[in-house]
Amino acid sequence: MTALFTLPDVLAGLILVALNGYVLLAGADFGGGVWDLLASGPRRADQRAVIAEAIGPIWEANHVWLILVIVLLFTCFPPAFAMLATTLHIPLTLMLIGIVLRGSAFTFRAHHGPDSTMPLRWGRVFAITSALSPVFLGVCLGALASGAIPQAGKTGFYAGFIAPWLTPFCFGVGVLTLTLFAFLAAVYLTVEARELALQEDFRRRALGAAIAVFVAAGGTLALALPGAPLVGRGLSASTRALPLHVATGVAAVSAIGALWVRRYRVARVAAAAQVSLILWGWARAQYPYVVPPAFTIAEAAAPALTLTLILWALAAGALVLFPSLAYLFRVFKRQPKAGSPS
Amino acid sequence: MRDLLAARSQMAMSLAFHIIFAVVGIGMPLLMVVAEWQWRRRGDRVFLELAQRWAKGTAILFAVGAVSGTVLSFELGLLWPGFMTQAGAIIGMPFSLEGFAFFTEAIFLGIYFYGWDRISPRAHLAAGVVVAVSGALSGIFVVIANAWMNAPTGFDLVNGRPVNVDPIAAMLNPAAFPETLHMTLAAYAATSFAVAGIHALRLLREPGNGFHRRALRVALWAGAPAALLLPLSGDLNARHVAQWQSVKLAAMEGQFKTERGAPLRIGGWPDEMAGETRYALGIPRGLSLLAFHDPSAEVRGLEAFPRENWPPVAPVHLGFQIMVGLGSFMALVAAWALALMARGRDLVGHRWLLRALVAAAPMGFICVEAGWVVTEVGRQPWVIQGVLRTADAVTPMPGLVVPFVTFTLLYCVLGVIVAWLLYQQVLRSPTSAGAAMPASTRYGEVG
Repeated sequence: MTALFTLPDVLAGLILVALNGYVLLAGADFGGGVWDLLASGPRRADQRAVIAEAIGPIWEANHVWLILVIVLLFTCFPPAFAMLATTLHIPLTLMLIGIVLRGSAFTFRAHHGPDSTMPLRWGRVFAITSALSPVFLGVCLGALASGAIPQAGKTGFYAGFIAPWLTPFCFGVGVLTLTLFAFLAAVYLTVEARELALQEDFRRRALGAAIAVFVAAGGTLALALPGAPLVGRGLSASTRALPLHVATGVAAVSAIGALWVRRYRVARVAAAAQVSLILWGWARAQYPYVVPPAFTIAEAAAPALTLTLILWALAAGALVLFPSLAYLFRVFKRQPKAGSPS
Repeated sequence: MRDLLAARSQMAMSLAFHIIFAVVGIGMPLLMVVAEWQWRRRGDRVFLELAQRWAKGTAILFAVGAVSGTVLSFELGLLWPGFMTQAGAIIGMPFSLEGFAFFTEAIFLGIYFYGWDRISPRAHLAAGVVVAVSGALSGIFVVIANAWMNAPTGFDLVNGRPVNVDPIAAMLNPAAFPETLHMTLAAYAATSFAVAGIHALRLLREPGNGFHRRALRVALWAGAPAALLLPLSGDLNARHVAQWQSVKLAAMEGQFKTERGAPLRIGGWPDEMAGETRYALGIPRGLSLLAFHDPSAEVRGLEAFPRENWPPVAPVHLGFQIMVGLGSFMALVAAWALALMARGRDLVGHRWLLRALVAAAPMGFICVEAGWVVTEVGRQPWVIQGVLRTADAVTPMPGLVVPFVTFTLLYCVLGVIVAWLLYQQVLRSPTSAGAAMPASTRYGEVG
């Protein structure tokens, strides 16, 4: 690690912050869809109602983090964006179809007409696409991490547009992403649910998801050594990465421990930290590449004036954004006062 | 289908679909806020019903607009990586600002839709105002980026690559003001006329219905001034195009020959092979007068440009004729309605005005689509006017007809469902049962 971060490094870091926001907030909304799909037992309808209530007012705002990531990527690192969008055309398109159907179906269910079977059908579409989109998001991130994106020397449809992402490692990352989102959602929902029985439902789901995350993470790491040597080495061998691994492990154990003793707010913080640390661990391993091995951050960076102006725009935007977000979450995520209608 | 054509078709279809929702996202919050303000001021519960129904309609449309807008931001790279490589650093700035404006809009829409009984009345109305302002701002930022494609500034081209990039100069490109003004006014006019037309139709059947009467008044006060101003902002655009994109102006007007005192053509069919526009009604010197404010000004015809730099003439001319024709009708109806309202007349007694409003209901959206055909098809064969050809910007990915057909089918299905839901939830006359439903039942819970 160099002593000083360059301007392009700072912008790359801020894009990662936005991606972190997307993963923690919208990721949990996708995960909510997974638990809608897997809703079961006598409280099935109640589980779905809690999920819908938790997501309803905030999912559109949470979704904008992704738009911010994309816009910042194509402004600050234009050739990297162009290369990713070209090579990953197919998985990105599949992810987008999922995003379109999920958002639309969720809204259609919320505003259904008098026909009583329609909400259930929209709920199905919402739930299934909520489970598929994160897999393709993960596939794209996996392809990026595996260093298979550059097009140079690749001829033919399969070699150029399929082979980079149709690998066990990429789908390993896809499944890991899905389990992480489901884990986040279940942990958040233990706080959102107000009835004890529902809290217990989501606690069991969160613990189950934690095991799934553990399995998926181990499998992905095993696949990373042959499938993504750059990141694999960075994740496993580098002693410089060790503190991040230790921190991730501590967060994971804390999340499970807090769930076990029913300290749900602690679990929420620990789970969010765990997922964030996994993201930053990947970025750390990939540094200084934005698209390994084609572009380093410096090579893909836009002119300095653009980056400086974007930095100012981000600062000004943050002054509007964070108070607004704080207000949104304060209005909808605080516990209602006793006696007031929920 | 060739890949370039498939890519252009997919982009055109995605934009044509999204623009409807984007326009509604700018126009509806204004109506919603005016209705809520009227309710707070007068205590008339019919206005509350109106505000809540419009909010519900906006909720459905905004969600589809948000996700279809996401598709577009990805499609910039999925379809046009060559464009983004060149342009990203230059026009990413307005897109980033749009990101924040859109963030603000999404946040306060959530607060507005779900917050009826969670925040104070004043805070709720303020949230609506924030939505209306940030919605208009996001539209303005995106149109600035488009304006740059028509009038690229803020860089120097050296060996085919942009250098000396200045994103601020790019945002202040000469097309930015005319295009953003025209589009913002169009958004208010199109939305308000669609709403006014729907309620005018109801009033033709139930003239005494107070709900529809109030809705019509709010919609007309919001939309009619914009419809009156649009011919003026259109004139500003036409003069800008005449100066900066004279080949586009020639295509818009079906002007093949370079001439002084060029006529304004109404209708007609441009024949690219024969090099003339047939069956048009010509107003002598009209084009020179309108485009340059000088009846004997020289207008450069298509013949003055190399053939490979011509846009497809017929769709551009036709799109322009449709936009101007329908826009003029809307301006006349707006003037008629405003004249009656200013004198305090009851609009419902003027059944011909109601019929004209019903006829005008879809016209604003048709004008928006036609106007974008003029802007985008008229810029071809360039994606950045004079700098980068569309054919050089397209992705090397083969088989682009597959995503084109997929997204077309997806959007057709979504369009039908949205239309059906809007009919079910927003457009039907309120029943007493519906009106009595408390807000918490309506907005506080889902599914």
